[in-house]
Amino acid sequence: MTTHPILAALRKHKAGVVLIALQIALTLAIVCNAIFIIGQRIERVHRVTGIDESNLFLVTQQWVGAPDGDDAAGVAKLDNMQREDLAALRNLPDVASVAPINSLPLLNSSWNGAISLKPGSEMRKGGNTRTTFYFGDEQMLSTLGVRLVAGRAFTVADVQHRSMHDQTEPTVVIVTKPIADKLFPGGSAVGKAMYLDGSTVPTTIIGVIERLQVPGTGSWTNTFAYNATLEPLRIDANYSRYVVRAKPGRMEAAMKAMPSLLYKINPMRVLDDDSVKSFADIRAAAYRADVGMAILMGVVCLVLLGVTAAGIVGLTSFWVGQRHRQIGVRRALGARKIDILHYFQIENLMIAGAGALIGVALAVGLNAWLMKHFEMDRIPVVYVLVGLVALVALGQAAVFVPARRASNVSPIEATRAV
Amino acid sequence: MFSYYLELALRSLKRSPGLTLLMVLAIGFGVSASMTTYSVFRAVSGDPIPWKSSQLFVPQIDMWGPDGRSADGEPPNALDYVDAVALMRDHRAKLQSASYRIAPPVQVPGSRRHPISVSGHAVYSEFFPMLDVPFQYGSGWAVDADTNQAAVVVISGKLNQEMFDGKNSVGKTLDIHGKDYQVVGVLAKWDPQPRFYDVVDTGGFDTNSDDVFIPFTRAIAVNLSNAGNTSCNSNPAEPGFVGMQRSTCTWIEYMAELDSAAAVQKYRDYLNGYALAQKNAGRFNWSPNNRLRDVPAFLDSQHVVPSDTKVSLMVALGLLIVCLVNTVGLLLAKFLRRSSEIGVRRALGAPQAAIYAQFLTEAGIVGLAGGVVGLVFTGVGVFSVGLVLPKDIAALAHVNFSLLLLTLVIAVVSAVLAGLYPTFRASRVQPAWQLKSN
Repeated sequence: MTTHPILAALRKHKAGVVLIALQIALTLAIVCNAIFIIGQRIERVHRVTGIDESNLFLVTQQWVGAPDGDDAAGVAKLDNMQREDLAALRNLPDVASVAPINSLPLLNSSWNGAISLKPGSEMRKGGNTRTTFYFGDEQMLSTLGVRLVAGRAFTVADVQHRSMHDQTEPTVVIVTKPIADKLFPGGSAVGKAMYLDGSTVPTTIIGVIERLQVPGTGSWTNTFAYNATLEPLRIDANYSRYVVRAKPGRMEAAMKAMPSLLYKINPMRVLDDDSVKSFADIRAAAYRADVGMAILMGVVCLVLLGVTAAGIVGLTSFWVGQRHRQIGVRRALGARKIDILHYFQIENLMIAGAGALIGVALAVGLNAWLMKHFEMDRIPVVYVLVGLVALVALGQAAVFVPARRASNVSPIEATRAV
Repeated sequence: MFSYYLELALRSLKRSPGLTLLMVLAIGFGVSASMTTYSVFRAVSGDPIPWKSSQLFVPQIDMWGPDGRSADGEPPNALDYVDAVALMRDHRAKLQSASYRIAPPVQVPGSRRHPISVSGHAVYSEFFPMLDVPFQYGSGWAVDADTNQAAVVVISGKLNQEMFDGKNSVGKTLDIHGKDYQVVGVLAKWDPQPRFYDVVDTGGFDTNSDDVFIPFTRAIAVNLSNAGNTSCNSNPAEPGFVGMQRSTCTWIEYMAELDSAAAVQKYRDYLNGYALAQKNAGRFNWSPNNRLRDVPAFLDSQHVVPSDTKVSLMVALGLLIVCLVNTVGLLLAKFLRRSSEIGVRRALGAPQAAIYAQFLTEAGIVGLAGGVVGLVFTGVGVFSVGLVLPKDIAALAHVNFSLLLLTLVIAVVSAVLAGLYPTFRASRVQPAWQLKSN
């Protein structure tokens, strides 16, 4: 079949043709970018934290009337209270292991700083390695389930304790592989010295773990998402956090037992609804915005595609109705049903193809605009190409119903008056 | 005449129910998607204190120097203790207050219930009149309570309900962080969002209410440390909360009321003079790099409106445009199908204006129906975003009368706009040609 008569016919319906093409172009531009956003969010949500997330939960509590930890006696008392809690938690039959900790990956609370190979450097100076700090004791690594790839884990002898406001740096730390690779490219970091937070006293790296994500998921963490430094340290403050690994299948029971157990050790403390939180809940809360955005974009895409498909059906149906007589004439002159079907399909292919090509340009333009004004990456070509194919396919699917109806027009129509 | 067009339009719409339904749904979807995302945008981009926001200013001082600035040269968004207290002492604005976030345990003295942890702020007495904080009972404290580090507290209505069953508790005692405080005021409902007086700790939005306010000087005196963010460019040289107070770590928010352009200029000069004096004293070794922004400008500089919200609104507006293009096409088909009818009307003497009136009425009815459908979808949409968006933002999005009215108006206006081109085409139908071809 030649396309010449189709083009000639289209010239009679310029407005309708332009409208369908425009609609397809806009739909393509928006859908491509929306799906790109969805893809990015899904990728973000599936980032690994580096810890073994199952059977893990976090306890956060605050003491009432405890010393503020600004003097040695206060610090000692706070540390005793903390160790009392730890001992009781470790004694629970449902609990596999427990460690004091200041935060967890994805939790909205962090302690961040910088590492330098030179002593006394200002924290925000360029060239320094940004890092988050996790403070915990000898059970921190095993409780989190992170994998040690070089050196050794903390021992009881490594663990110190100090007040939250005391800035003494530890003598030994464990760092994640990204930090080790950045500080000592090509060599082993174990046994090497570096300086934390502009300190003039060196700290030695005794171990390297494969991966551990920083707390917080905001875009400000993107530059150092896996730069974590672990210090063998119990922080003594008027609050404390414990990360607990329950025995398989016993997490719910262990979580339920927490409040009464803690109140029994010491009733002068604050526990609220958020005090005992499973890691699954922490993860859900951290990525709620991303999942919400992905759902929103998904709904918009579905509505867009639906509206565009319905529009094509509507306008093509109108054209079929308008051309009843001509279709009848063609059928009477020997055109087969399949020829009529093909006519409308090819017509749609031409309109949708032209619209989709314009849409590709619009999609790239929209992406560039979003990149300029919002934190957005460049859209990969594959998204645009898939969008192009999808829109053309959508056009074909939408045109099928009216085109079939057209192909069923009987040749006798040719003889009837309008 | 209008009622006649109305009847014509309804009859025409009834003749092709499928096409009509398609247009109504398209407009309904487009408008409701836009309105749903707009309800979120409106909630997060709102002015939390519209009558006064242009008179409330946030000063920023560059205590870290060139290495501590952000990529665009901005100084830290909060103050360190030394500068905050110096600004309070100089007292150059009409009203001003430094503040920082606290999260002390609270209990009614002698109660057998477990203490609860509340969120609050340590502020100066001028905080309350400056921000027009509404009181249910009592009031804020007097200036001498600041100087005397008095153990007084202003509590929220919510905490008053929990602790004192909602009765007037002024004069009663509350145990905060192990010490007794006298209640001097109970707030009426006050939950400004964005939380403009503490963007640093909340990022703008907060599902927790601020339940206690105690004098800043008192909080410092009893070592009630900061429960919000602390940012440091170098570690404090001395340990403890006192070390924190002597460091350049930033953890204090500051707000000043400046009533006129002259007052703002004067305050700017004062800040520059202050920074220069610090330079001369050897504390800073760089030129002044201060900022003094009013509340809307400060919220903007802190990117309080999430970019997700803006992108969603843009995408939804794109959806509306596609729906309108769709409606233009369908109306065009619908109107031109009636060319012969138009021909007859024109031949019988109807002017083009009459054709315009008739078809735009029809478009308007489609728009109105789309708007009504859109109202339902908007309701569903706002409810649904509440289920999927972060709680602090979702809690703010709500349906109200103005949103509903806007939904209807936008639906009708956009449908009439969409109807303009098809109507133009319809009005150009040549009566003679139509009559002849039949």
